[in-house]
Amino acid sequence: MTAVRDGSGTEGHVVGSTRSVAQDSSESPELAKARKQRRRRRLSKNWSLFLLFAGPNILLILAFIYYPLLSNMYYSTLDWRLGSATATSVGFDNYVRFFTSESGLEVWRVTGIFTAGAVLGSMILGLLIALVLNKKLPGRTVARTAIFSPYVLSGVGVAMVWNFIFDPTLGALSHILNFFGIESPQWYLDEDWALTMVILVYVWKNLGYCAVVFLAGLQSIPQELIEAATIDRAGPVRRFFSIILPLLTPTVFFLLVTNIIFSMTNAFDVLRTMTPTGHGTNTIIFEIYLQSFGAYQRAGYSAAIAVVLFFTLFIITAVQLRYVERKVHYQ
Amino acid sequence: MDPAAPKTRRQRKPAQWRQAFAPKNLADTMLVGYLPILIALLIIVLPLAWMVLSSFKPPHEIVTLDPALLPQDPTLDNYGAVANRVPLLTVLGNSVIVTVIGATIKVVLAITTAYALVFIRVPGVNLIFLGILVALMVPPEVSMLPNYLTISGLGGRNTLWGIILPGLGTAFGTFLLRQHFMALPKEMFEAAELDGAGHLRKLVQIAVPVSIPAIATVALVTIVNEWNNFLWPLIIIDSPDKMTLPVGLNLLQSIESQTGSYGILMAGAVLVIIPVLIIFAALQRYIVAGLTQGAVK
Repeated sequence: MTAVRDGSGTEGHVVGSTRSVAQDSSESPELAKARKQRRRRRLSKNWSLFLLFAGPNILLILAFIYYPLLSNMYYSTLDWRLGSATATSVGFDNYVRFFTSESGLEVWRVTGIFTAGAVLGSMILGLLIALVLNKKLPGRTVARTAIFSPYVLSGVGVAMVWNFIFDPTLGALSHILNFFGIESPQWYLDEDWALTMVILVYVWKNLGYCAVVFLAGLQSIPQELIEAATIDRAGPVRRFFSIILPLLTPTVFFLLVTNIIFSMTNAFDVLRTMTPTGHGTNTIIFEIYLQSFGAYQRAGYSAAIAVVLFFTLFIITAVQLRYVERKVHYQ
Repeated sequence: MDPAAPKTRRQRKPAQWRQAFAPKNLADTMLVGYLPILIALLIIVLPLAWMVLSSFKPPHEIVTLDPALLPQDPTLDNYGAVANRVPLLTVLGNSVIVTVIGATIKVVLAITTAYALVFIRVPGVNLIFLGILVALMVPPEVSMLPNYLTISGLGGRNTLWGIILPGLGTAFGTFLLRQHFMALPKEMFEAAELDGAGHLRKLVQIAVPVSIPAIATVALVTIVNEWNNFLWPLIIIDSPDKMTLPVGLNLLQSIESQTGSYGILMAGAVLVIIPVLIIFAALQRYIVAGLTQGAVK
C-alpha cells in the first residue's frame, strides 16, 4: 500500500517540475509570481476541503483518543482519588508499585495465564475446526457461519448465559458433571476455577474467528502440493506437519499477534459480567477499570496501568508490522 | 467478491459431494468430517439454545435437579419480569437510538475522511494517516478515565449524547474504506473531473455508489459494536432510564442475584443477543469480511 502512495506522490511531483521548467524559460517574474500565488491558493483550497471532509473525524480522534493518552501520562504521576479535588505528585511511584507490589504482580500473573489460555485454546480449537471445514462437504458454509457467530454477540449477554451454565447447583454443567458422578467445582468462589471459567467462555466466543482466518489460510495452500504428497504416500499427519503447517506459518503468526492483543483488550465484558469484583480474574484491562471505577477509586494508579498497557500493545504491533513486511519479501 | 470464483466452485460442488458420499469415502466423511463439525456445532449452539429455551421456563423448571431441555410449561412471565425490573422499552429504545445515531455518524465520517485521505492532495497526508493507524490500536479502556472526566465536565453524564460522543472518531472505518478507495481505478474520477465535477460530486456520485459492499461492511461492524458496547455506557450512565441494553442487563443481574431468577436473566440475554444473531445470519458475508480484515487479503 505504501508503494502505491509513493508512486502517485512522485508522479505528481514530476509533472509539476516539468511544467515549471517549461514555463520558467519563457515567463516574466510577474507571471511566475502569479503562478505561485495560484498554486498557493489551490493548496489552501485543498486544505480547506480536506479539513471539511476529514476535520471532524480528526478532531474527535484527537479529543477522545490522543488527548486521553497524554493526560493519562500526567495523571499517572499523581496520587489522586477519582472525584477528589486534590492530588499530590508522586513521580513514578505508581509505575514502581504496578511492577513490584504483590497486587501488581498478581495482575501480571492473571493476565499471563488468561492470555496464554485464551490464545492457545482458541487457536488450537480454531485450527482443528478449520481443518475439518476445509473438506469439501455440503453444509460447511452454514457450519462456518454458526461457529463464527459467538464472536459478534454481546459479551454481557454471552457471559450471562454462561453464568447460568456454570452455576454450581443449578447449572447445566453441574448436572452433566453430576451424571458422571463428579461434583461441580466452585467456579465463583475459588479463584483458580474462576480464571479457568472465564478462559473457557472467552475461547468459546473467540474460536470461530480463529477458525475462519485459519480456513482462509488453508484455502490459499496450493492443492497440487497436497495431492503430490498424497501420491508420495504421505499420511494425513505427515501432510499436516510437513506441508500444511509450514505454509500456514504466516497465518499462525498473524493470529498469534491479533489474539494476544484481543485477549488483552476485548475480554472486559465477559470478565466484568461473570466476576464483577475481579477476584482472581483481574487481567490488566479489568484492573484499569477496577482501580478507577471499582471500590478503590485510585485514578492515578489506574492511569499508570493504562499507560503501561498502551506501550505493551504498541510494542506487540510494531513487532507484527516488522514481521509482515518480511513475509511480503519472502513470497 | 470475485464473481468468477464462486461460479466455478458451485459447478464443481456436486462432483465433490458425490465423491464425499461415495461408499469408499463414506466412513471417512462421517468420522473425520461430520462428526467433528457436529461436536463443534453442539458446543456453539447448545448454550444459545439453552438460553432461548430457559427464557420460557417458569422458576420451578429452573430450580430442579432434573432439568429438561424443552420448557414443559412455556411462559412469557420472564420477559414481563425483565420489563418490571428495568424500564425495558426505554432501555431498548436507548440502545436503538445510540446504535443508529452513533453508527450513522461514524460511517459518514469514515467515508469522508477516507475520501479526503485518498483523493484530496495536501502535504503531510501520510502522517495524518499514520496518526489514524495508531489510534486504531488504542483500546477504549486506555482512554476511559480522561474521557470520563471530559464528558462529565461537559455535563454528559446520564445523557445519550454522552454515550455517543467519545466513540464517534472512527479509525477502523476510515482505515478500511481508505484501503478500498485506493484500489478504485483513477480513470473513473478523471472522467468526472473533465466534466467539471468537484470533490463533493465525485464523492457522492462515484466513490460511494461503487463502494457499497465496503461501506456495508463498515456499517454492519459498526452497528454490531455500538449495540454491544458495554464499558463506556457502564461508566457514564447510572440512571436506569438512560441505560443501553448491556448496561441494563448488568443492572438486572445485580438485582436478580437470588437463585431461580435465571429465567429472567436469560430473557434479558435473549433481547441483547437475538437481534445481532439475526443480522449476522442474514448478512454474515459482510460482517466476517470486515472482522477478519488484514488476515484475508
